[in-house]
Formats: sequence, C-alpha cells, structure tokens
Amino acid sequence: MHITVNEEKCCGAGQCVLLAPDVFDQRDEDGIVVLLTPRVPAGQEAAVHEAVAVCPAAAIEVRA
Amino acid sequence: MPQSSPTALSWPAERTAGCPFDPPPAVTGLLTTVPVQRVALWDGTAWLVTRHADQVALLRDSRVSADTSHPGYPALSAGSRAMRAHSRSFIAMDDPEHADRRRVYTADFTVKRTRGLAPRVQSLIDDLLDAMERKGPPADLVADFALPLPSLVICELLGVPYTDHDFFQRASAVIIDTRSTPEEALEASRRLIDYLGDLIEHKVDHPGDDLLSRVAAEQFATGLSTREQCADEARLLLIAGHETTANMIALGTCAFLQHPEQLAAVRDGSPERVEGAVEEMLRYLTVAHMGRRRVALEDIEIGGVRIAAGDGIIFANDAANRDPEVFEHPERLDIDRSARRHMAFGSGPHQCLGQNLARVELQLAYPALFRRFPGLRLDRPLDEIPFRTAMAVYGVHELPVSW
Repeated sequence: MHITVNEEKCCGAGQCVLLAPDVFDQRDEDGIVVLLTPRVPAGQEAAVHEAVAVCPAAAIEVRA
Repeated sequence: MPQSSPTALSWPAERTAGCPFDPPPAVTGLLTTVPVQRVALWDGTAWLVTRHADQVALLRDSRVSADTSHPGYPALSAGSRAMRAHSRSFIAMDDPEHADRRRVYTADFTVKRTRGLAPRVQSLIDDLLDAMERKGPPADLVADFALPLPSLVICELLGVPYTDHDFFQRASAVIIDTRSTPEEALEASRRLIDYLGDLIEHKVDHPGDDLLSRVAAEQFATGLSTREQCADEARLLLIAGHETTANMIALGTCAFLQHPEQLAAVRDGSPERVEGAVEEMLRYLTVAHMGRRRVALEDIEIGGVRIAAGDGIIFANDAANRDPEVFEHPERLDIDRSARRHMAFGSGPHQCLGQNLARVELQLAYPALFRRFPGLRLDRPLDEIPFRTAMAVYGVHELPVSW
C-alpha cells in the first residue's frame, strides 16, 4: 500500500501522528504533516486506514 | 436561511431531566428518522445534520463555509451574532485564508510540543491537588481544580499573566453564555480584545518565551497582522484553552463517579488505557454541545434533502457521537471501546487546534485526581448539581465533592 499526503489541505490537527507515529510526523515550524515512509509498514495497515478516516482535512490517501 | 416550511424542533433542544450526560433525545432520535432536518432557531431556521457520516462529509466540503459575517450563518444567540459580525480570527474564515492564519499557531499545538508540556502540566496538577488536600473537604472541584488547571496551562503557553484570571474567566463566561445580551457580549469581548491587544503590544519590547511574544514579533511588529487580528485570535485561544478543558475535567469526573469501575480503571490503568478513556469521555460528553455552525455557499444534496445556497447548517456533534452506525451501544460509557472517530473536536479544516493540549491535560488530570482522593464522591445528589445548559460549553457550574 502506498500513502500520499496533501500538505496544502493538512490543518495540523495531528490525529495521524497519534494513530501511526511510525508513518506520520508534523513539521516543527507549522505542524503540517510529514510522511516518514510512503509504504505502510507491516502490521500498521489498520492504523493507517484509521488515520485516513479521522484526518479532518481528508489530506491522506492510501492506494493499493 | 430557509424560512418557509414549519419546523418540528427548536434548536438547541432540551435534555431530559435526570439524564445530564445524554444529548436531547429529540436530537439523537433524528439519527434514524430525519437525519437532515429543518429546525427553528432564536432568529430563523437552519438545517440540523445529525448523522456522523453526513457531518464528516459536509464539514470537509468546500461548499460549506464558516464565514460568520454571511447573512445566512446560523448564530447561536443574539450576543453571539453581534460578536461574530466583528470576528477577525481564523475560526470565521474559509480556506485558503483560514489555513494561512491557522498556520501561524499550529506549531505550538503539535503532538510533539503538547506532549513536551506534560511534566509542567503534571506539576501544576500536583500543586492544585496539594492545595485541595491541605484545605480539606468539602471542595468545589470546578473552582479548586478543573478551572485553574487549564487556565494556568493556557496562560503559560500564551504568556498571559495568570493573576488576571478573574478578569478573563468572567469575560469568557459572558461571551459563551447564550443568555447574554448583544451589549453584554460585545462589551466583554471588547474588554478581552483590548486587554490582549495591550499585552501583545507590550511584548514587542518585553518578549518572553511564549506564543504571544512570538506573534508580537513575527506578526504584529512586522506589520503582517494588525493588532485587532492578533488580539482576536489570542482571545479565541484563551477562551477555547480554558473553558472546554475545565468542563471536561469537572463533568468527566462527575460522570466517572457514576461509573466507579471505570473510574478505578482510569485510576490504576496503563497510560494507553487512560488515552482510550479520555477519547471515550470526549465522545460521551461532547461539551461543545451546541453544534458546529456553517452556511451553504452552493446548493447541496444530502440525506434526501436539498440544502440551498445561503441556508444555515448546524452539525449536532453530540448526536454524531451517539450514532449507532459508528459507535455500538452509543449510550454506554465504555472506556475500552475505540472512540477515536468521535466528533468532540469537530471535523474539517477547523477541527480543534488545541485538541492535543486538551488530551495531555485530561490524560494527566483524571488519574492524578482519582489517585490523590480514592474516596472522592459527590457532596450533593446528582440532580442538585447545576449543569451548564445555557452555556455554549456544557459542564457544571460547580461540583461539590468530598473524600
């Protein structure tokens, strides 16, 4: 599975970081999402899908 | 705003006596009947959206605007309408302007930064609990713990002197009271904005290690933002930073005391279990209980109705948090459920900026309180507790406790 993030849509809520801290981080200067890896690590599929679901700005996409 | 057809429900609706933790049944009842319903407001009508999926979809939809100066925007009260007409903060803007302004502040509220505040928050909690213990029972949990804690935290973060807490807490209470007249609300708002504007100007030459000093230097002194803009956004952060968390602490404690087994689990549980418990309490209580409000910029089809351009829309986040499509047995408090999809912080690009600060405070406050006072109990029957039904942030006016 391949992850993409949209920095323009991101509102820095940090929900993805809470759910999948090995995949998502936030820039120190403005809280905008940083993708730590574009591939979903093994065992993190559910957490990444949950991050997609709860992202308030719909800024995360996952493709097979 | 839609004006014609008769409405079945007045908004905000009333809770059932004896069920202070549950949303009005007239609202949750719409989840399975008329999920998008026209409701009567104090000054007109609007659409009430109850289902979780519809709320998430529309709050992320750029055809839905947060512009409070739009004539169709459904204001909560006359006082709220008067204040909102003057609002300059990002809460009343749409993207891309909203994103530009919000990003001035997001650095201070990231997961990393707010978690870094945990040791300081814990120390403030310990000091407040020490003072409560020294004074001995009974205590008002609101005045002695729930209100001072988030007030102290947001004061330190912003760089607002806590010695002024009586002033800003009183002004905030007037601002979020739906019974305030336009004159009262505007005056309280004006006093807060003047106070914060003076503070920001002072910080240009007397900076500290705080958010408002950074705003003073980077925004105000450079001419990027006006004094009014900075002060109005500071007002938003100050009010939102203490009212909401204070009420989550007090009302959450009141709810935990009705569920002693779950209280014990929070007292003795792992940090992970406490994290889940806080999400569940956010879902269960929805202290921002008067809905998120927006206005349609275009015609929108949803839930079998057509919302017309210019119509007001209210998103009943308390109903979404009780949507059985998302939460099994939503009426039950269950700290071990997955409550992550709750709407307590709203959704869309305006989702609560301070949510991770609130999480840190709540995750530390509940266990510390319950560990310090294992015999904590209400000092008055539940039906004699004064609940904040007329305030934009729900909770308790006071919570008499003993131990």
